[in-house]
Amino acid sequence: MSKYYLNYLDELESEAIYVLREVWAQFDNPVILFSGGKDSIVVTHLAKKAFYPAKIPFALMHVDTGHNFPETIKFRDDLIESLGVRLIVGSVQESIDQGRVAEEKGKNATRNALQITTLLDAIEDNKVDCAIGGGRRDEEKARAKERFFSHRDDFGQWDPKNQRPELWNIFNGKHFEGEHFRAFPISNWTEMDVWNYINRENIQIPSLYFAHERKVVWRSNSWIPYSEFLQLEENEEVVSKKIRFRTLGDITITGGIESDADTVEKIAQEVSAMRQTERGNRSDDKRSETAMEDRKRQGYF
Amino acid sequence: MQIDNNQLLRFTTAGSVDDGKSTLIGRLLFDSKSIFEDQLEAIESTSKKKGHNGVDLALFTDGLRDEREQGITIDVAYRYFTTPKRKFIIADTPGHIQYTRNMITGASTANAAIILVDARHGVIEQTKRHAFIASLLQIPHIIVCINKMDLVEFKEEAYDKIIAQFEEFSSKLLVKDVRFIPISALLGDNVVKRSENMAWYQGAPLLHTLETMHISSDINKVDARFPVQTVLRPQSDEHRDYRGYAGRIASGIFRKGDEITVMPSGFTSKIKSIDTLENELDEAYAPMSVSITLEDDIDISRGDMIVRTKNKPESSQDLEVMLCWLNNEAAKPRTKYVVRHTSNEQMAMVKEVIYKIDINTLARSSEDKEMGMNDICKVKLRTTKPLLFDSYRENRNTGSLILVDPATNQTVAAGMIV
Repeated sequence: MSKYYLNYLDELESEAIYVLREVWAQFDNPVILFSGGKDSIVVTHLAKKAFYPAKIPFALMHVDTGHNFPETIKFRDDLIESLGVRLIVGSVQESIDQGRVAEEKGKNATRNALQITTLLDAIEDNKVDCAIGGGRRDEEKARAKERFFSHRDDFGQWDPKNQRPELWNIFNGKHFEGEHFRAFPISNWTEMDVWNYINRENIQIPSLYFAHERKVVWRSNSWIPYSEFLQLEENEEVVSKKIRFRTLGDITITGGIESDADTVEKIAQEVSAMRQTERGNRSDDKRSETAMEDRKRQGYF
Repeated sequence: MQIDNNQLLRFTTAGSVDDGKSTLIGRLLFDSKSIFEDQLEAIESTSKKKGHNGVDLALFTDGLRDEREQGITIDVAYRYFTTPKRKFIIADTPGHIQYTRNMITGASTANAAIILVDARHGVIEQTKRHAFIASLLQIPHIIVCINKMDLVEFKEEAYDKIIAQFEEFSSKLLVKDVRFIPISALLGDNVVKRSENMAWYQGAPLLHTLETMHISSDINKVDARFPVQTVLRPQSDEHRDYRGYAGRIASGIFRKGDEITVMPSGFTSKIKSIDTLENELDEAYAPMSVSITLEDDIDISRGDMIVRTKNKPESSQDLEVMLCWLNNEAAKPRTKYVVRHTSNEQMAMVKEVIYKIDINTLARSSEDKEMGMNDICKVKLRTTKPLLFDSYRENRNTGSLILVDPATNQTVAAGMIV
């Protein structure tokens, strides 16, 4: 080796591994928030690297809205088994049944906002002091201000105006009983970086990311998958299209795009030519200009 | 996309809305085609709502609700863009004096700083403050962008005058690499494309400068330092006796077989292997995250540092530190703070404030010794156990520290070891 510098993907990887090891060293009971989406899959892959040859020393936590893609759940269970780690599930359905939250009403009702309560309950019940997420600063304007180590008060809330300054790579995870942290190892990655990395590392991802035939409905400028949870409007029609998903969330709000990209390489090419941000197809972000910031303040991912 | 040899460059921009800083970033993102259609649509609609003519590029960089309402940047925001040559991370920070702490935060990890000067006003107090912070944080490269050249008819004299002003002032600072570029962020002159209005300027436009500047030497590759983050003990059938020291190389290069010393214990050994998930490496260098195993069983834990036996860091409980106070609550005399330095944590006390710097005039005052928010002071710090450090000037990773107030858990100060 004649050069002594890293290419940018190696540098991002090294930074993420450093963050994951800091989490392990500074907290008693961290978990990885696992949604089955590509970002949390990449974080899990990085955790494998950070602690090799030991196993990933934390559990994976999944907040289950009950409105899942069946593919996501199968993928999650297979991954858990191959890694030999523990899975914690926080169920939105249970939160509803227990009367902790009430289902939204109307045509655009989703369980997106309800996840906040379920997530915070799961964090409290399992005495989690740090929840590691796959959030990236390029995703959304409120996330652009996130720290690697982000403090949450004892109500699970984020106070973006009163964040701890984070200098060099020295992280301060000190907290009082009842408070917790969110940690974001891939803060500095972009969507493109994630795809390049998945391609380079040959990381397995759910089939939903690849182009496939699916029954869909055109709503809010994207193809919403047809499912038992979707209430059809009068003028809406279920059609079959070759689509893929850029992000994965609750099946009722995740819009697909028409695409022929059926390999990671083709997806990476497609993404590099995209003219829309990936969250442009997420109706949860379209509710208002500061939708993400408002949810994050309350304790959202 | 070809990514194999592309490096990551982190730069910081300090300035206020008036300097055209947000417009400059918007211009870089827009002209390098890093802005998406839905972002552009959102900005167009906001620009219309506010009654601006055309698209206000500055809106790209305003993130939080309060900032959007007040039109100011109150925190560090991170932006990303990629060109065929490099990936860039921008730490966008506010330039007003009350946000010194945010500027320092953004500057702490930067390879380069962009300092904006309004061509009509020349070097002002704010310019000096930004240059001082860049030199204090030892940002390796400084690019002074003389902006709004369109408002001085693109005249070379205006540019020359500001260079002279800046150099007179910066001769007192420790800055290694300073470049000057005349630009118009609003019109795009010399940002991404070469200006047709300033034929007299022979240098490269800003983006080309950022794409080609040499940054491989920004990290210290001489002094091998490996702060141990955690110990890996799988205790599985396959790796029964494995004991790996996990960490990110802070500086220098380590090779298999190197004679090393573990500090502070002083035990010596040899590097048996340098491991990653994929393979064993013959050598590893900063800023790689690896796991190191040693030939001998030595008791090593988080906070210890593995170094080459022939090149050790300093070890002391008494440090002189340039301290920037970051918290609303002023420093309390004779109070114990937690000091965090590399992967080490100790208690520390500020024994003495040697002087305070007026960051507008750079004058030192040894009379005023109170440390409040945004104050920068040279202090004597005493820690409960020795820290293993290099001077910040030689090594940003082993020369930097933070103080945490154990009563609030807040990060209250950032320090650079002299």
